[in-house]
Amino acid sequence: MAITYTSGEQVEVYRFSIPATLLIPLAAVFLQAWVPLRLPFFSIFDLPLLVTIGFATARRNPLAGLVTGGLIGILQDALTSQPIGLYGIAKTVVGFGASSLGIKLDVENAGARFLLTIFFFAIHEVIRFTIARGLVGLHIALSWPHELLSGMANAVLGVLVFMLLDRVKQRT
Amino acid sequence: MDVLGRYRNLIVLVGVLFAQILGLAVQVNVKRTTDSEPTRLIRVWAVGMVTPFEKVLVWTQTSTSNLWHNYFYLRGVRAENRNLKAQIERMSLEQVRMSQDADQARRLQALLSFKEQFISQTMAAQVIGSSGSEQSRSIFIDKGDKNGIKTDMAVITADGVVGKVLRVYRSTAEVLLVNDQTSGVGAILDKTRLQGILRGTPAGEVVLEKVMSDETVPPGEQVLTSGGDGIFPKGLLVGTVTKISPGSELFLNIHVRPAADLSKLEEVLVVTKIDERQAEPDQTGAARAVDILAERLPGVPSKPETPESGTVPGSGASAPNVSNPAPALGAPKQATGTPKSPSADGSAIKPKAVVPQASASNTVPPSKKTTTPAPASAGSTSGSTPTSVKSSGTPKPAKPATEPKAPPTVEDSPH
Repeated sequence: MAITYTSGEQVEVYRFSIPATLLIPLAAVFLQAWVPLRLPFFSIFDLPLLVTIGFATARRNPLAGLVTGGLIGILQDALTSQPIGLYGIAKTVVGFGASSLGIKLDVENAGARFLLTIFFFAIHEVIRFTIARGLVGLHIALSWPHELLSGMANAVLGVLVFMLLDRVKQRT
Repeated sequence: MDVLGRYRNLIVLVGVLFAQILGLAVQVNVKRTTDSEPTRLIRVWAVGMVTPFEKVLVWTQTSTSNLWHNYFYLRGVRAENRNLKAQIERMSLEQVRMSQDADQARRLQALLSFKEQFISQTMAAQVIGSSGSEQSRSIFIDKGDKNGIKTDMAVITADGVVGKVLRVYRSTAEVLLVNDQTSGVGAILDKTRLQGILRGTPAGEVVLEKVMSDETVPPGEQVLTSGGDGIFPKGLLVGTVTKISPGSELFLNIHVRPAADLSKLEEVLVVTKIDERQAEPDQTGAARAVDILAERLPGVPSKPETPESGTVPGSGASAPNVSNPAPALGAPKQATGTPKSPSADGSAIKPKAVVPQASASNTVPPSKKTTTPAPASAGSTSGSTPTSVKSSGTPKPAKPATEPKAPPTVEDSPH
């Protein structure tokens, strides 16, 4: 019997197997740390964020979304030189928000996913920027053109990532 | 109860966020006050989960690349070998010229009681991962605690400075790059000798700060480490000045292009040991080799002292001095067979010329040996100092030329 922590109360709720639940976020964090060494431009992407959004919208369970987002964010934080919590807090909010929004919106088509990714990317960056500046005292650069470009790039990649996640998700 | 059930998700969200913000605040506070790290365990777990995959991937990539280069890609090796040989010849000539310059520099440094720092030990490490964040510029290397890596060790490449070791794990280490906004390197401009602090910017650029705005800094000037930070030895190339702009208050913002390509690092060198020594003249490899030979051949029959002894090949600039000395001073060492350290002092090259003298003066009374003054460091640097005074060395054990002196401190001595 497959174990899942989605509630199963809502319609069109999906679940992921345990290997997928563990390995996909780990692979995302791993690729995020490794690929920029070979392809420096890859650092404009945030693969763990895309996986967080993908998992959250598929499960449509806010609690599962915030826990997944929080854990992925903390794992990502642990690999940086910065204090742990910057990515953790931002992804917790994104995970919660994406799953809450996923209950109300149809996020199955590519257009909706594209917009959803841009929206949550912006939320993610604003939260991270605010906490970094306000709480940690880091002067994170916030260049709007760069953020816009990054948001678009992540949205395009997000559509592809969600398509891959569609292949491993299972209807409850 | 209904209210709690209805807002359960929101309450959990607020609780989780509160816990994380609290944790963040604790980290910042602890870091400010005690400089310890309360999140060590989380980082160890995270690094333990991710870096093994990175190591395997890098190992596979390297092995494949080596296989290709070592076995299949042999075309042109002969031509390359020919070119390399020609290059070696050119460099040998260059080396002769430079060794003479270096010798002269050492003599001058010794006159000034100059203490120099030099990298005595490095460890090659492979870059296996990065932080993956644009705001945190750090990399992971495949060497860690078990390899002797420690925090705050300098990390360099052949091109220039890369960064310093920030955190050490069992078999990996995190290196903070010089273009990270939290990094800082003591730096000096090569020609103008202006000192400042090299910092990373949030955008990943490198800026030299704390240079007064009334100074003139030409673009293209090289930036070197000043040694003032106690991490990087003095004189390592950091980068080149690209742009100068007015900074905050009375300082300039000097933009620097790092010499090492920080975005494409594959292999780095961790400076595991920095030694500091008093500059001494004639500390050349050839001199030490000669001394070792002299020590290993105690049974070589002695020859009578002749004036020609000063023309022993390899004695270089020191040869003329050999004819000056009083034979008696050089004699006791050989007469008593006192072993001399291979790298005893800077005069190591001279004993070669002195050996015959030693044998010839075996009749010198032992008392004379003990009264021979130990050569003063500065005195022995003078080119006119009689060779035998330097090389005679009293029977006391000689100090190794490269004797390490613990912990390296930086002295901004005149150049």
